[in-house]
Amino acid sequence: MEKTILEMRGITKTFPGVKALQDVNLEVREGEIHAIVGENGAGKSTLMKVLSGVYPHGTYSGDIHFLGQECRFSGIHDSEKVGIVIIHQELALVPLLSIAENIFLGNEQAHYGVIDWNVVRSRAARLLERVGLREHPDTLITNIGVGKQQLVEIAKALSKEVKLLILDEPTASLSEKDSDALLSLLVDFKQKGIASILISHKLNEVGKVADRITVLRDGKTIETLDAQDISEARIITSMVGRSLDDRFPARTPNIGETIFEVKDWVVHHPQHADRRIVKGVNLSVRKGEVVGIAGLMGAGRTEFAMSVFGKSYGQGISGEVFLHGQKIDTSTVDRAVAHGIAYATEDRKTFGLNLIDHIKHNITIANLDAVSKAGVLDDMRELNAANDYRKKTNIRSSSVYQITGNLSGGNQQKVVLSKWLFSAPDMLILDEPTRGIDVGAKYEIYTIINRLADEGKGVLVISSEMPELLGICDRIYVMNEGRMVGELPAAEASQEKIMRMIVHGEARKAS
Amino acid sequence: MSTETLSNAERNARASAMSALKENLRDYGLVIALILIMLFFQYFTGGVLFKPVNLTNIVLQNSYIIIMALGMLLVIVAGHIDLSVGSVSGFVGAIAAVLMVQYHMNPFLAGLICLIAGGVIGASQGYWIAYLKIPSFIVTLAGMLVFKGLALWLLGGMSVGPFPREFQLLSAGFIPDVIGPITIGATKLHSTTLVIGVAIVAAMLYFSLRSRRSRESHGYEAEPFSLFVVKNLIISAVVLFLITMMASYKGLPNVLIVMGLLIAIFVFLTKRMTIGRRIYAMGGNVKAAALSGIKTERLTFIVFILMGVLSALAGLIFAARLNTATPKAGLGFELDVIAAVFIGGASMAGGSGQVAGAVIGAFIMGVMNNGMSIMGVNIDWQQVIKGLVLLGAVVFDVYNKNKS
Repeated sequence: MEKTILEMRGITKTFPGVKALQDVNLEVREGEIHAIVGENGAGKSTLMKVLSGVYPHGTYSGDIHFLGQECRFSGIHDSEKVGIVIIHQELALVPLLSIAENIFLGNEQAHYGVIDWNVVRSRAARLLERVGLREHPDTLITNIGVGKQQLVEIAKALSKEVKLLILDEPTASLSEKDSDALLSLLVDFKQKGIASILISHKLNEVGKVADRITVLRDGKTIETLDAQDISEARIITSMVGRSLDDRFPARTPNIGETIFEVKDWVVHHPQHADRRIVKGVNLSVRKGEVVGIAGLMGAGRTEFAMSVFGKSYGQGISGEVFLHGQKIDTSTVDRAVAHGIAYATEDRKTFGLNLIDHIKHNITIANLDAVSKAGVLDDMRELNAANDYRKKTNIRSSSVYQITGNLSGGNQQKVVLSKWLFSAPDMLILDEPTRGIDVGAKYEIYTIINRLADEGKGVLVISSEMPELLGICDRIYVMNEGRMVGELPAAEASQEKIMRMIVHGEARKAS
Repeated sequence: MSTETLSNAERNARASAMSALKENLRDYGLVIALILIMLFFQYFTGGVLFKPVNLTNIVLQNSYIIIMALGMLLVIVAGHIDLSVGSVSGFVGAIAAVLMVQYHMNPFLAGLICLIAGGVIGASQGYWIAYLKIPSFIVTLAGMLVFKGLALWLLGGMSVGPFPREFQLLSAGFIPDVIGPITIGATKLHSTTLVIGVAIVAAMLYFSLRSRRSRESHGYEAEPFSLFVVKNLIISAVVLFLITMMASYKGLPNVLIVMGLLIAIFVFLTKRMTIGRRIYAMGGNVKAAALSGIKTERLTFIVFILMGVLSALAGLIFAARLNTATPKAGLGFELDVIAAVFIGGASMAGGSGQVAGAVIGAFIMGVMNNGMSIMGVNIDWQQVIKGLVLLGAVVFDVYNKNKS
């Protein structure tokens, strides 16, 4: 039996209104590759942030033992000191500095503040050799691809005498070849006694390299499995295995003709013009229908929705949008809104609200024409409208003059919804409408969605929570890597089926 | 029991009065600060500050700063800055001098051309900022150098003047006393000024009463009546006092009429018009504004055009006041203008700030300049004190925001 090097016991972490982790246990043995899998929001990243000291000791309960010592990290510096290094999904490299400078960032090879560049270059060259990256240490980060950048991050980790390497979705943006190289590097490290924690959605990868797999679901540890001779189906069941209870209000769908249709939609990355993010998507929504788009993070769902809504994402966009059977121009946001399309963002703080202004102004901003005449606002009409929607969506606040930045997540989301309801759309696109809000507020949002469908509007819901899609949708599209890989009536859909479509889509791409 | 409900109602009324007071504390605080500063200088200048001639002077001396502060408020609320306003006003003054003095152009036509030139200058800077997303700090820093240089070139390094009489009236003139003076005791009063003053106060009372009625008729709680009365009484008294002071000198200066109209227009624009609302929304969160269908680029462009026109008007007023265009005109104005807006409570990050605040901020700076000059404080120490007041005002503001 190998020695256990890391033991996390009874970790519980709460955010205002949400219990992100609940009594989670994790054990990592010396020199193993330990995979952590789970749906979006299962708590994987939160757990790793606890482990690496991003959430310092005292902000969570439970304890961490590493190499026989109890750890009370107050920041990422402390965890790095004992040899735990995390590499985030978003790489933390400075683009305009060289590879060598990035490797030793914050750990400069210096005497009394004077950098010894010869030491820097020779040490960097040796580290690059260890990770198998053939680039000159003076090359700027911006001039190498994502795959190589990932290797630089690992070289940086090695420079810190790493004993436990944590990789959060390391292959999410890598090509097949780069992914394989990275994974074999992990196997190589294992032989040298460096353990890794690998967080990944890609079960085929996990199966290839992991020794053991821990499954998280809803912030709890479900089980730890031996990776030898275990089927993907078994893992999927463990990841999603929960029953749908009555967390969703009932609705009798009354579906009419097609109201909204998108054909051959293609979008390219805003910076890399040759990278396709959405690869020829077709989709339709009928009157009174709630349609879902399932998929993992990075599947291109938000990018698809935002590019349809006034070209708010990407470049080189092509394809056609139809509303009520008429081809419409949605090339700017105000045109899309004028045609009766609304898009409520997944990131309400960055894209949805003016957090320093109050509820009233936030609700009316997308449709000021309705409360003004010749550019002059009618104060009373605006106040009435704001109060009306505050009541309709049940926003809990002292008045419509409360600053939105001071509201809870659920109430902020209701303000965003109110804003778009007030723009009187025929077609609503709701992107992660219940992200980060508590169960009670979720129920209220579902009720609003049902009411919209009953009023004969078309509703498209993007969500990473599969039970939510199964609970509220009439039909579900499955999207992966910029493509629609499946379409299911809700009655026939199940989490296993959706997961299989996603995994299958990836397997097909790999072969 | 009835007494208990009464006292409850009373307590509620008092609580809502307190909360209304607290909400507006920033605005009131600024007014109170201005009044305290004025009283301070009234005492230390031996009563010179409140003399009618000096009050009139304060208005004349600061009119161009206040006019530019109106535009700067929009620029800062939109999340930008404009460092070029001083240079632009100097350059436009130079254009005016060349047109009127060297080419003997009709002053009204020349003035119109100058305002259009200001708009074009604003557009020429706004284009880079709005559409090409070049930081406004850099674009207008470049503009500051460019237009300072152009003014120098246009004037050939010399002062050009004097201006025609009609043009001088813009800054040096007073409204005619069509009714004729009245004499009360030893003082002769400009009666047209008094009539206008009373009309302004009556209009203000009418509009605030009307908006109060409208709130009540829609079933909304208005601020407590006692607070409403006290507030309006104080404002009316202050306005009437200042008007009477002016009436006892030469009456209302022309430039005060221009300034007053502009302030009214900008208050209306920011509080009641969709374009104003959109500027605040853009400054508060530009991404959310764009995703709400606001054409953020065009809006930024318009804001800088407005700033250009106001800088041009300020340049005309300053040139008319000096009765000459000099290469040094406008030097350092941008600092006073920006300071006024920040003292007035606007946030560097954009999205917040009020027209009234910027105007009062400009008066605080103006009164300090005036008072310290009368007291004989050296120009070096004047700068130090003004700098500390700016810092103090913003620190106070940030402290207050963090506390709440």
